[in-house]
Amino acid sequence: MSQKINPVENFVSGFEAIRATLAGNDLPWLDSLRRSGIGQFEDIGLPGPKVESWKYTRLRPLEDTTFRPVILADREAYIDQVPTVLPSSSGCPRIVFVNGFMRSDLSCLDNLPEGVTVESLGAAVARDSEWVETHLGRIGRLEGQPLVALNTAMMNSGVVVHVQRGVVVEQPIQMIFIAGLTEEPVACYPRNLIVMEEASQATLVKLHAGLGVSAYLANAVTEVEVGDAAILRHYRVQSENIQATHLGSLHVRIGQDATYDGFGLHIGGRLSRTEVFARLEGEGGHCALNGAYLMKGREHCDNTTVIEHVVPHTTCSEVFKGILDDESRGVFQGRIVVHKDAQGTDGHQSSNVLLLSDKAEMDAKPELEIYADDVKCSHGATTGQLDETALFYLRSRGIPEALARNLLIQSFVAGALDEIKVDTVREAMMSKVVHWLPAKCFLAEEWTEE
Amino acid sequence: MAATPETAQQVQEYADDGYKYGFVTDIETESAPKGLNEDIIRFISAKKKEPEWMLESRLKAYRHWLTMPEPEWQKPDFPAINYQDSYYYSAPKSMADKPKSLDEVDPELLATYEKLGIPLQEQERLAGVAVDAVFDSVSVATTFKAKLEEVGVIFCPISEAIERCPDLVQKYLGSVVPYTDNKHACLNAAVFTDGSFVFIPKGVRCPMELSTYFRINAENTGQFERTLIIADEGSYVSYLEGCTAPMRDEHQLHAAVVELITLDDAEIKYSTVQNWYPGDEEGRGGIYNFVTKRGACRGRNSKISWTQVETGSAITWKYPSCILQGENSVGEFYSIAITNNRQQADTGTKMIHLGKNTSSRIISKGISAGRSDQTYRGLVRMGPKANGARNYTQCDSLLIGDTCGAHTVPYIESKNKGAVVEHEATTSKISEDQLFYLRQRGIDEEAAVALVVNGFCRDVLQQLPMEFAVEAQKLVGISLEGSVG
Repeated sequence: MSQKINPVENFVSGFEAIRATLAGNDLPWLDSLRRSGIGQFEDIGLPGPKVESWKYTRLRPLEDTTFRPVILADREAYIDQVPTVLPSSSGCPRIVFVNGFMRSDLSCLDNLPEGVTVESLGAAVARDSEWVETHLGRIGRLEGQPLVALNTAMMNSGVVVHVQRGVVVEQPIQMIFIAGLTEEPVACYPRNLIVMEEASQATLVKLHAGLGVSAYLANAVTEVEVGDAAILRHYRVQSENIQATHLGSLHVRIGQDATYDGFGLHIGGRLSRTEVFARLEGEGGHCALNGAYLMKGREHCDNTTVIEHVVPHTTCSEVFKGILDDESRGVFQGRIVVHKDAQGTDGHQSSNVLLLSDKAEMDAKPELEIYADDVKCSHGATTGQLDETALFYLRSRGIPEALARNLLIQSFVAGALDEIKVDTVREAMMSKVVHWLPAKCFLAEEWTEE
Repeated sequence: MAATPETAQQVQEYADDGYKYGFVTDIETESAPKGLNEDIIRFISAKKKEPEWMLESRLKAYRHWLTMPEPEWQKPDFPAINYQDSYYYSAPKSMADKPKSLDEVDPELLATYEKLGIPLQEQERLAGVAVDAVFDSVSVATTFKAKLEEVGVIFCPISEAIERCPDLVQKYLGSVVPYTDNKHACLNAAVFTDGSFVFIPKGVRCPMELSTYFRINAENTGQFERTLIIADEGSYVSYLEGCTAPMRDEHQLHAAVVELITLDDAEIKYSTVQNWYPGDEEGRGGIYNFVTKRGACRGRNSKISWTQVETGSAITWKYPSCILQGENSVGEFYSIAITNNRQQADTGTKMIHLGKNTSSRIISKGISAGRSDQTYRGLVRMGPKANGARNYTQCDSLLIGDTCGAHTVPYIESKNKGAVVEHEATTSKISEDQLFYLRQRGIDEEAAVALVVNGFCRDVLQQLPMEFAVEAQKLVGISLEGSVG
């Protein structure tokens, strides 16, 4: 495992080996899409430290580990209890993937309302390949994006959500990706497609959960189309296992008067990087990209976002909160681009980080790139430690130090979680945060119940 | 806003004589042959009668430079520089046999500085500012030398310092900006021609402001000056730098290096008004201003403060930085950058906190107009030992017109939980309400814009020494002329 390997060649030869087994390989358009993906990946190679947008994140696990493709045994791993974000009692529909492949035995899609389709990519291609062709690979651009290119080549499964015009889905739909539980390092490449037609509304909750302690690579790409006047609430939790490399990218196109409300909670993964590329292409569009990350051990978490305001009168807001303990490292790169003529843009971004340890490190790069004059854009970024005076205040009221610290961390993170509009999801995420907190004591749990 | 006939006229006037320093001094010069190679470097070194170690260090830098790729991370976009199409040494002939005093300096040169608003002779008698005037590749005059020497301050051209105090030069030159630092600094280390050297001895508060005035005159010539300022324990100096160049159609390269060193309890205040020729409204000509400025706060309680007003140059690429090594040391950066027409500026600072309780403050104001593009790029790094360190950064951008760009790219790296970093940035346009208010009080639009912009820049203008502040305020108005409408 430690010997020097050429990762790019490795991936390319891996592609040739599995090409014939990939879903829909008999479709010429899909095959040519995959080939162009591997071609692009071969040309660009893995991003190194000289690439500006990868300055703070090195893909070491990809350089020194050989990941093999997922085999049948990995897909059929025994799952005792499906990890979820929302409690099972809520009865929300869910689609479950294990090591990148859909497991209908664990999924529960019976009570979906009319006008909503939730299925695996393979099933969607088999059912209506024309529809998939018109949407797949249209938003997630390959150029200069080696990981998107790699995913495009290797994509084998993933979820396709299609909400038809005017349909309002009340219940949140859960998308659960379980990985790990393999003997050797494996790689899976989920490719998700979410299409919200005009004036539709839905809440999607995505969970990446890692079980066991084996290394794996999850390279996920999600393409989201939010049609005119549609509303998508897209809440994500990343709790991969301690050896996992999670590289996800999210490509969003937002139409006129449409709203994309995104939130990402990151509480796991040895190395994780989430890239969000959102384009506001219709007037009156709004994009919210919020997130929180809590890292410990030697975890590395990178959040990179690019929001592009292409047309006039669009708005965006970003709130990110980070907690870094032990020797963990956080990276936040947020860019707001206001194109020429995108007058009346309103964009705000903030990144706040608490360092809990002397060995933790935070690197932030909030960027504004503005080519129009009638705009209001701002960003703020801070790093620091827990407020000693607040801590003193709590302790002077008889609250033990460990609990006081937890309370302060919790309230700090709550600043981001408050952006989640759906109560059940926000509460579920908060309980994940509480669970993460150091020096857990039962009082902390009690405190949140109130 | 539709352009009124008046503004159209003003635009025309601006195009005609907006840059009043664009004249050329007709003077006989002596140049090295065009191009860059080891012989040219030997030629420069021989011209300066430098010791062997200096030549060696130049050649070492040159050989390294050949291996360095062009930097590509910056925002400004410009065609590759042809380093062979430029002169690396150009000096007025009359300077060949080193005039002993101002009276012996070629009157033509003195007239040039007078025209630029720096009457060297008068200044010697009246104003309380000591000036080192650098013309192309050589320093033509340094005023007040004798008076400064009474208190032990050394203020002279760097070529003279290499002869007079080689120990100091050898000890400190390149210690803050090594030749391996970046491509432009490396080129400077190989071919630098002149610049100022300042040494303030222990406990001395420099009795007057020191100043250097850089002038590029000759065609196709690059200027590569090198400034080294050392403030020994408990000393203080305020240093001003100004620069201009004639209007020419081709781009000229200016790659300077400035190194500042403060020891315990010392303070250096470094102010720049950069007004190199910015090129015409179509982007023809103008200076490529690729400058590396860095200060090292080596001692405890030391302080370095950079203030800059950047209005000139076709392309500015400049990041005055502070390395805060000493405990309790302080770094400051105040900047106003104004770009108009086709100018591009990528400027900002780096604050590297290494010592305990170090603090830094960054205030940057960017104003873009016309079709210009401006980027604030700043790094704040908190090292693992920088306990109790603090940084506050504020960068605001103002956009005038819808064809310009303003970008903010801060890098914030913290490796210490006890360090506090705060960064704020805003981008907006001039408030219509403010303009309306001023106009209904009978102030015309141009003047109103200049007033609002001056208010926007106030925090930084206040940091400038008196005589610079007045000039800078005027410059703000002039640089923006013709941008409204």
